[in-house]
Amino acid sequence: MTIHAPDPATKAATLIVGSTTFVADAAGALWHEDDRILIVSDLHLEKGSAFARRGSLLPPFDSRETLARLAGLVARYAPRALVSLGDTLHDRDAMGRIAQEDAAALDATLSGVERIWITGNHDPEIPPGLGGAVAAEIAIGAVVFRHEPSASPDGLEVAGHLHPAAKVRMRGRAVRKRCFVSDGRRCVMPAFGAYAGGLNVLDAAFRPLFAGSFTARLLGAERVYAVDRRMLVAD
Amino acid sequence: MTLPEPFAAWFAARGWTPRAHQLALVDKARDGRSVLLVAPTGAGKTLAGFLPTLVDLAAKAPAELDLTGLHTLYISPLKALAVDVARNLESPVAEMHLPVRIETRTGDTPAHKRTRQVARPPHVLMTTPEQLALLLAHKDAAKLFSGLKRVVLDELHALVTSKRGDLLALDLARLHRLAPGLAAVGLSATVREPDDLRRYLVPQTTPDGEATGAMADLVTVEGGARPRIGILEAARRLPLAGHTAMQSIPEIYAAVAAHRMTLVFVNTRMQAEFLFQELWRINEGGLAIALHHGSLDAGRRRKVEAAMVAGSLKAVVCTSTLDLGIDWGDVDLVVNVGAPKGASRLMQRIGRSNHRLDEPSRAMLVPANRFEIMECRAALDAVEEAAQDTPEPRKGALDVLAQHVLGMACADGFRPEDLYAEVTSATPYADLPRGHFDAVVDFVATGGYALKTYERFAKIRAGADGKLRPANPKVAQQYRMNVGTIVEATMLKVRLGRAPKPGRPAMGGRVLGEVEEYFAETMTPGDTFVFAGEVLRFEAISGNEVIATRTAPGTDPKIPSYAGGKFPLSTFLAARVRAMLADPDEWKRLPEEVSDWLGAQRRKSLLPGPSDLLVETFPRGGRHYLVAYPFEGRLAHQTLGMLLTRRLERARLRPLGFVCNDYGLAVWGLADLSAAAAQGRLSVPELFSEDMLGDDLEEWLAESALMKRTFRSCAVIAGLIERRFPGREKTGKQVTISTDLVYDVLRRHQPDHILLEAARQDAATGLLDLKRLAGMLARVRGRIVHEPLERVSPLAVSVLLEIGREAVYGEAAERIMEEAEAALMEEAAA
Repeated sequence: MTIHAPDPATKAATLIVGSTTFVADAAGALWHEDDRILIVSDLHLEKGSAFARRGSLLPPFDSRETLARLAGLVARYAPRALVSLGDTLHDRDAMGRIAQEDAAALDATLSGVERIWITGNHDPEIPPGLGGAVAAEIAIGAVVFRHEPSASPDGLEVAGHLHPAAKVRMRGRAVRKRCFVSDGRRCVMPAFGAYAGGLNVLDAAFRPLFAGSFTARLLGAERVYAVDRRMLVAD
Repeated sequence: MTLPEPFAAWFAARGWTPRAHQLALVDKARDGRSVLLVAPTGAGKTLAGFLPTLVDLAAKAPAELDLTGLHTLYISPLKALAVDVARNLESPVAEMHLPVRIETRTGDTPAHKRTRQVARPPHVLMTTPEQLALLLAHKDAAKLFSGLKRVVLDELHALVTSKRGDLLALDLARLHRLAPGLAAVGLSATVREPDDLRRYLVPQTTPDGEATGAMADLVTVEGGARPRIGILEAARRLPLAGHTAMQSIPEIYAAVAAHRMTLVFVNTRMQAEFLFQELWRINEGGLAIALHHGSLDAGRRRKVEAAMVAGSLKAVVCTSTLDLGIDWGDVDLVVNVGAPKGASRLMQRIGRSNHRLDEPSRAMLVPANRFEIMECRAALDAVEEAAQDTPEPRKGALDVLAQHVLGMACADGFRPEDLYAEVTSATPYADLPRGHFDAVVDFVATGGYALKTYERFAKIRAGADGKLRPANPKVAQQYRMNVGTIVEATMLKVRLGRAPKPGRPAMGGRVLGEVEEYFAETMTPGDTFVFAGEVLRFEAISGNEVIATRTAPGTDPKIPSYAGGKFPLSTFLAARVRAMLADPDEWKRLPEEVSDWLGAQRRKSLLPGPSDLLVETFPRGGRHYLVAYPFEGRLAHQTLGMLLTRRLERARLRPLGFVCNDYGLAVWGLADLSAAAAQGRLSVPELFSEDMLGDDLEEWLAESALMKRTFRSCAVIAGLIERRFPGREKTGKQVTISTDLVYDVLRRHQPDHILLEAARQDAATGLLDLKRLAGMLARVRGRIVHEPLERVSPLAVSVLLEIGREAVYGEAAERIMEEAEAALMEEAAA
């Protein structure tokens, strides 16, 4: 008889909120297998052109990059529905600036996929052109999905907004990556957008949300790495 | 020839005779000639540069002089030097009652004075390359500079080796256009190829774009008294590695005590800190020994400089901050601790002592380890032969060009074809392809992206006259905020505090100074380091501050990772050290412990020929090592180490890490490399083949932190992202866009973008030193000597001793996260 050690990769990728099991994908998305729902957060489409308008002519490929990653996920998981947890668009007229081919790519990627747009502080209104349903929050079973983590959740929650990132330091070298942060009752998702920055999970903003211990799941190139809070360092 | 009055009388009254080169420069000026003056320190270069200006202005009638606008520009690499030279010029001008107006213009000049300087300019304006760029971007630049007769470029040899030299070259090209009769005068220390500088001074093409091959005239002052330089033979044996020169501290102290004033040069800030502390530890005589380096608070530095001038100091421990220009008091001894890294750099430093041409400069070289004594010996030979190793002329940087293009748009606009002709008249840009120029202009205008979505956000636009001008006033403002080519590394304040307890942040105390962010990142809590003259314990990084605590007296600092020296060993000295190594006759000139060491190396392994690359493989302590000795400097070795580990990993030879110094590098891992080579699974010559600069390099560049840092610097200089100014940093990283993200996205979607091209050009000579690595790989082709050994060789010991001292620069982010994850699991299993 062969004894199988638990595969660290699988273990790292499993993320449980209450009694709901998700897969934390290294691309920065959650996958809910039972309902075939793909969840992403903080796409910040057209952040590059928002900076350009103010005089910093950053490469205008951020939407393209973000959408290509999304297309990769949709191709891999073939979801029934996509939930975007807010700040899908960087600002009100992002869809007015987006390159035609990028807008078309978004539509093509999501054809046949049910779209649920959660509103965020950057996109309190979702242009009708994106199709699908718009909501401030939704529930899947006992888990509520909303943009900003609530101050005192009475239940289970998956949120975005904070762009969590975590840093580990080993052998004189520091690695800082976007991450999922969760304590079993709450999960804050990493930002998905190509130009979205990250806020260190040891920052004060996370303190009221995770009083006890938590695990950061760092997005590596090969897989997700589950790292305990005690192994993390501040910026 | 003689000087006209009142100059002849002024010299005579002081019992002076004008020097031949001073007269020569007056003569050249009469004919309106551009000229390069090459002279050692103490030759009266600065006066020679200004004498023609004063002679010309003194000949004018008062009414005419009053109408004369800006006559001479003086450009110095240092703000302080410009101020100092202006002050030195005041006395002859006052003593001869010359009604000449001399002013300085630096970042500290108040706004009302700046405005007045443009409206009613002085006859002579002393400034820096950055301030000149700002003036040239002024709307009235054409008027201001149209009557300019002379531009004097001080310390030209130092300026041309950096991006500031590129900026200055572009500005000089513009000055030549605005003032067609302009004579450019370069003042330089001795250099290897004066002709490079002679070309730099004058336009290389006519306005129609025809090559002229023109050179400024050359005036050379032969060296005065030969410097007296000795290599310190410490009473104690030289160690195999290390850079602290610990064994020589008593001798350095004795030398300081025996001289009026000593400058003690070291290569890095951290070495300066260490040495300063060690000298004070034995400072029983209470000698006034001060510290001067770039991380110290500016106020503190000014105090030290003033004390030097006042003659109240016995010694200053300093870094390259005091390499250039200003005469800080009566220095009679220069001590250079550590390896000199380059012969010309050493000459420059030695010249800091005895600023009189007819008296010898005195200097003492203090090697810190056995390799360094060979390097000192080689540098000394070079100095005795007056051989120079100043670097090759630069290829003009594209990010600097982008900055200049925006500046020229702000100054009443430009037509691309005219500006291209102007830019290519400057030597660094003489070979600039038109395609690159157009790409830069396109970048400045709309970002230069394949996806044309930014037309409506264009920064510069063509008017009806075909000239490109700023699209709105904010653009000119952005340009003014961003001018300059020096991108400081992000600095973190070092604050005294208590160790943080879980759940409670460290409490902050006094701020001691600043360290580079990347340095702080290499430390883990508990590490000790020397800073601002004391040994501190690293506790944490909190926001933009390093929290540190004081250590118990007698705590040994862990010497930090970049103690090896900021400047890599010059190619020229490296070749000499290799030759010395290969020739046992030469060893007689070295201390006994060094020749014994080399002798042991010859018996136990081998000594490579001067053009060979020795590669040793051996087991040690359960690991397998590969050590190579290319002698190409730390930066090139670091890049080589990255690429070798990638290749070994791909060959499944399981490398774990590497270290390097200026002379060699060591890679270690789990697989037996000697056996792999014997069985044909590893070909050492193939491992070092030049094709590593192909796909391996490309893959590494995609994730290299050094490359990202290079890109960031280009992005700032080119104006893609705004500079971070102290006090203006935004809080929270989520609101700024990291250039690392921009690099990733741009690399994937437009790999041929001009800014990536700029970063690649930088990588060739900068932090990655790719050009040097490529040269080495080509040099050793067919000359690689592989020596499988039973155990570590004498030479290898000195490289292996870097382990634990140098940061292990693995870039395998995945492995690091894996370890962090595993640490948790072990704990859970325990």
